[in-house]
Order: sequence, then C-alpha cells, then structure tokens
Amino acid sequence: MDNQTIRDRLQAQFPQAILAVSERFGDLSVTLRREDLLAVVTWLRDHPEVPYDFLEHLSGVDYLGRTPRFEVVIHLMSLRYLHRICLKVTAPEDDPHVPSLTPLYPTANYQERETWDLLGIVFDGHPSLQRILMPDDWIGHPQRKDHPLGEEEVAFTFNQERIYAQKPFAKE
Amino acid sequence: MTILEVPTPHDITEPALAGTTETMVLNMGPHHPSTHGVLRLVLELDGEIVISAAPDVGFLHTGIEKNMESKTYQKALVMTDRMDYLAPLSNNLCYALAVEKLMQVEIPERVQVIRVLLVELQRISSHLVWLGTHALDLAAMSVFLYAMREREQILDIFELVSGARMMTSYIRIGGLAYDITADFLPTVDALVEVMPSRIDEYEDLLTGNPIWLERTVGVGAIDGTSAVAYGLTGANLRATGVPYDVRKAQPYSGYETYEFQVPIGKNGDIYDRYRVRMAEMRQSVLICRQAVERLRAIGPGPYVTPDRKVAPPPKSEITHSMESLIHHFKLWTEGFKPPVGDAYVSIESPRGSLGCYVVSDGGPKPWRVHFRSPSLINLQGLHHMAKGRLVADLVALIASLDPVLGEVDR
Repeated sequence: MDNQTIRDRLQAQFPQAILAVSERFGDLSVTLRREDLLAVVTWLRDHPEVPYDFLEHLSGVDYLGRTPRFEVVIHLMSLRYLHRICLKVTAPEDDPHVPSLTPLYPTANYQERETWDLLGIVFDGHPSLQRILMPDDWIGHPQRKDHPLGEEEVAFTFNQERIYAQKPFAKE
Repeated sequence: MTILEVPTPHDITEPALAGTTETMVLNMGPHHPSTHGVLRLVLELDGEIVISAAPDVGFLHTGIEKNMESKTYQKALVMTDRMDYLAPLSNNLCYALAVEKLMQVEIPERVQVIRVLLVELQRISSHLVWLGTHALDLAAMSVFLYAMREREQILDIFELVSGARMMTSYIRIGGLAYDITADFLPTVDALVEVMPSRIDEYEDLLTGNPIWLERTVGVGAIDGTSAVAYGLTGANLRATGVPYDVRKAQPYSGYETYEFQVPIGKNGDIYDRYRVRMAEMRQSVLICRQAVERLRAIGPGPYVTPDRKVAPPPKSEITHSMESLIHHFKLWTEGFKPPVGDAYVSIESPRGSLGCYVVSDGGPKPWRVHFRSPSLINLQGLHHMAKGRLVADLVALIASLDPVLGEVDR
C-alpha cells in the first residue's frame, strides 16, 4: 500500500477536513481539522480494504510561540499492509482540547493520560483523564516549554530553617 | 465486542473508601519483589480472585524527555541508556535512528552490522533477565543462576567494546562511539558457540516441568484482537499469533538482509509468551552468527559516518588536521543542527515496539523527544489478563509481560 493511494482516498472522502499533507522521508503525514479527527480516524480504522487497526503512538508537542500552540501527533498502523500514517491535530493555548481516541483504540488510554499529565492537553471523552506519571497533587504540566526545569535547594544547617519553612512536610 | 477497560487506581480506591463495595482492596507494591521495580498495583479482590487490577506508575519518573530538550543531540543520547536499563543499546539505536532519519545520514554497512550484532546480543541478555526473574517468581531458583551466568558473558562483551557493562552509550548518532577491539569477534564467537546448548539447558529445566506448566498454561490468556486493541507489542503480541515484528515489518539497519524467523504462539497465555521468547533467543543467536560472518568478510573499516558535520573525526586526525580540529570543536561545543521537522522511528526492542519521535526546530537541541515505551503500553493489558484469576497468577503475569519500570516512567 503506497502513500499516494491513501492520500487520494483521504482527500476524496474528507476534502474539507484535511488542512495539510506532507511526505517526508517516505512517511505520510496529514494535518486534520480538530472537529473532524474522530470521523477520519473511525473511517481509517474501519476501512474495508486498508484497516488501520493499530494505534502505535500518540503524543503531543508544545510549539511555544506558534499559534496554535499545541499539536497532538498520532501514528496509526495497518498490520495487514504494514503501512503507517501520521495524523496531526492542533489546539490553541486557550482551548487545549482534542477529542479522545480511547473509545476507538483502548491503547490510547495511557498515552492520552501521559500527554495530558505532561503537556496539559485535554482529551474530551476520555474515560478517566488523570495524572499518570506525576503525583496527583502536582501543579502544572512539566513538559510545557514555559515550565522551568527546576531545582531543589539543598538544606544545610545554615539555611535549613528558611527551606523547611516553605516545605509542607517539615511543618509538623 | 466486550469493552476493553483500563481501570485507574482511583476507580478502585474511591468506591472502597466510600464503603459502597463488598470487596477487598489490596495494595501491591511499589516495594514488592515480584513487581520487577517500583510498580504499584491496586487490586480489588473477592477472596483470592482478582476482580480488577489497576497499575499505578510514575514512581520512577525522572523527566528524561524534558531533560533531553536542554541538551544537544549527542549529549541527550546518554539519557536514553537510563530508560530501559536492561536494553540500553536498543534505546541508543532507536534514538540514533530517529535523529539520523531527520538528518538523512548515510551509515556505513560495517557500522550497521555491528549495531545489529550488539542489539541482538542485547535482546538475548534482556531475555535472560526476564527468564531468570520470571522463573524465580515461580520459585524455580536454579534457572536464575544459569541465566545470569550467560548474561555476565554478554555484559563482558559490552564492556569490551564500550568500557561499560550496562550504561553503554555505545551506539551514537552517525555510528558508534569507538571501533570494536581485536578480541571482540573471538569473544562473540565463544558466546554464540555455547548459547544454543545453554538455551537447551534452560528449556530442560522448564519447558516440560509439571509445576511450570501448571502455573503458566492457560493463565493470563489474551486473544489477538484484544492484544492489538490494547497496543501490546513484542513477544506479548506474538504469543497471541499476530506475527508483527518491526524487524520484518519495517526493517531498519539492514535487518531485511538477515535470515531469521518470527516465532509466534497460539493461545496468548504465559506459557506461549515463554515459548516465543525462548525461540526468539535462538533466532537472535542465528542473526549474531550471520553478523559475525559479515563482519569477518568486511574486515576493518569505518566505525562512524564520514560526514564530519555529524560525527567527530578520529583523535589521530585532530593532531595534524586543522579542519578536523574545527569539526571536533564545533561538534562538542555547539553540536549539529538538523533541519526543521519531525521524524518517527520504531524498532523492535526486547520488550516490544520501541518508538522515538523527535522534533527539531533547527537548533542544536531537540525541541521535543518522545518515546513510545512498550513497557507502559503493555501494562494496559494487565487488568484484562488478570481478571478472574488468582493473586498468585498475577505474580506470574507481571513477570511474563516483562515490564522495565525505568522505561515505563522515563
């Protein structure tokens, strides 16, 4: 199965949903309108000839300084034709919402939770969008570009009072 | 079609705390010898029967991906060793391939053969740890000792080429860190020579062992369709009969030129996963044999790409060539700048399909690196496999999924 066939089929089926198509290093990558993501992915998954039955990878990128700021990257794979397609959806900073693919592919569950946890992109329709890698009470989303790398001051006898005063555990 | 659910710890603890359930909630881990690291499981039990099992991960989260964004491409490679610490060379290779794809670097054939040879040795050594600890969890002590004996031999080979036994950072962007030494091939020969008989030895201890069969056959089974839906890869997927192996599906580093089989199972239970991994080790030995032959035929040659914009020149050249000195200086102070864009590469790591997604903004540091870690995604199937089984089966089940928590949490 070659990129051109898939590309033509997608464009014929969803002319309005596709914002950009690129082929780099032999990989097909399609940028979609956010509201059409579910329709396109459902169509790809249930395609009678080339079903993309395996969601290989789902992640996000924070393009700080660009509008729209966030991008969700999805790699779908057809196990029968061993063909991979990359779908991209963007979301603006003030509305970082993307439809969830977990109802279609259960494997997206942890990957969407991770993307939400680290980048703060909300996946609408996810059954349990909770933090997965960071602690439940963590504030912020550490892989955003405006989240500092951070450091923790080491407590010595000369400065421990000042440091411990700011730490919740040391007050008891 | 049944709904494939992946419960979270809160789904189990909240009803229990509210007192609305009749079941018992048991916390397993994170400090539990059979969770192979710091994996915490929240179990909902009816007597000894598991109703629901929710993995709680993140105890080993060290922000590797975030850290990589503040290092140049070559320096970031060192972080990849620390993800899947049982297969650092596979991680090195995955990241190096992604950056090489972004920069479209040509890799000399000799380097590719060495990479394949090392990665296959890595697969054997990683499977040996899986085998040893899996058997240990089911109280078969001696297999662990045998498996560690051969693993030592493989780690010695890594030490020989890279100077480090585990955190090798040997596969670099553009090639390798150094050339292989003169006694590399004889050492690999010695291992490849004994390995098949050693695998027979392990199989003698386990394959027909009634206790082993009792604990593994029919336990934790999953069918192929559900396994694909859960995104299982590696031996866990192939045990269900789906012959997906990235080495065959999307060959990299010249895997298409090697002759090897992809072993598959039928029932998708713990026993089939065991058989698949054992057969995989035999296939890896075959690949190693072919690689050693090729390496002998090629003889001495380059160990990095001749492109000096990507890989540093050899030390001997720096002392008498001004250009080499400049290249060296530029590479280690500023780094190289891949063109703007993104690339995704997946390889068959010992745990499954390991993917690396790299985004470049045209600068010397990666804008974003993300790893598709097979261990994390394989864990999603745990609830489905454990449901309705005994707690004792869960111990065997975790071991058979072979998660490495360093990679789960990154």
